Amino acid sequence: MADPIHQFEIQKLVTLGHIGGHEIAFTNSALFMAITVVGIAALLVGGSSARALVPGRMQSVAELSYEFVANTIQSTAGKEGMKFFPLVFSLFMFVLIANVIGLIPYTFTVTSHIIITASLALLVFATVLIYGFWKNGLGFFRLFVPSGIPIYILPLIVFIELLSFLSRPISHSVRLFANMLAGHITLKVFASFITLLGGFGIAGWFGAILPLSLVVALTALELLVAFLQAYVFAILTCIYLNDAIHPGH
Amino acid sequence: MADDPREDSKNSRRSPEEAALSARLQRLGERLDQHGPSRQPEAGPSGPRTDPSALARGFRLSTELVAGVLVGAFIGWALDKWLGTSPWGMMVFLLLGFAAGVVNVIRAAGISTGPGSGR
Repeated sequence: MADPIHQFEIQKLVTLGHIGGHEIAFTNSALFMAITVVGIAALLVGGSSARALVPGRMQSVAELSYEFVANTIQSTAGKEGMKFFPLVFSLFMFVLIANVIGLIPYTFTVTSHIIITASLALLVFATVLIYGFWKNGLGFFRLFVPSGIPIYILPLIVFIELLSFLSRPISHSVRLFANMLAGHITLKVFASFITLLGGFGIAGWFGAILPLSLVVALTALELLVAFLQAYVFAILTCIYLNDAIHPGH
Repeated sequence: MADDPREDSKNSRRSPEEAALSARLQRLGERLDQHGPSRQPEAGPSGPRTDPSALARGFRLSTELVAGVLVGAFIGWALDKWLGTSPWGMMVFLLLGFAAGVVNVIRAAGISTGPGSGR
């Protein structure tokens, strides 16, 4: 109970088989990823099945999420960015729903593992690289050679731009992972203060009110962070894709 | 209460200066108004969604610098291991990574929409 890291442990639920001597198991992480995907599908399919002109509750949530992501893409990557709408929308919804599901007690937070966020960030990074080279050819390297720089400091600038570009998947993945991990550990630690203080009798019960109210406030904050981190993930994806669409601006 | 007349007299003595000051302020205001319309689009492009995006930008800043330094350190370490140039690669690339991190932070903060950021 007192171990705040325990909630992030990966547990094998079903062993599916072995590939090259390595065990392939269906873990609790995979289970919650599947729940996330099913939840998104239920929300969007269920929401759009009515096809009402005046949307009901579910339909307006589905429409709002569509319009929110579409506006985000158009304001950061322009009209051309809309061809990446499926990617950005999937990433946004997956991160958002996974974060929100993780806030429910006894659930597992998929996005608190760096392997998940890093694979999502590397997916974006690879998309930017492949699309950038496919669309612009070698002109994609203009991204690293800003115009209007004196020739004698150009090599230095190119190295800095290159490092800045390579640091993107790291900051992209670490931000989401670290925020979710830190938030959940903080919640757990404050929640364990309540039970610790509760063991001290009447005075402890009154003392426990303080951490209890903090846990309530932190839960609200975590809900905000869950949404904002999904938004940040989506908007950074758009900014990076924008570089692939128009390099050297 | 007793000071009031003196204050009044002071005010009346200052009034020419204040008139000049208020005239200057008015002129400044007019000049700012002239510049106003051209500034407006820069100030609020995102309109009603300024608040969440400002918070989101704040969240971005936290990791940008660290990521730059980490990538620089890793590349330096890998180069040293590969080429056997021991402390030099690490030193140079750590500093370059620091510079890249600062560039990242400046761009994320929206102070400079420099080359490469595309905004």
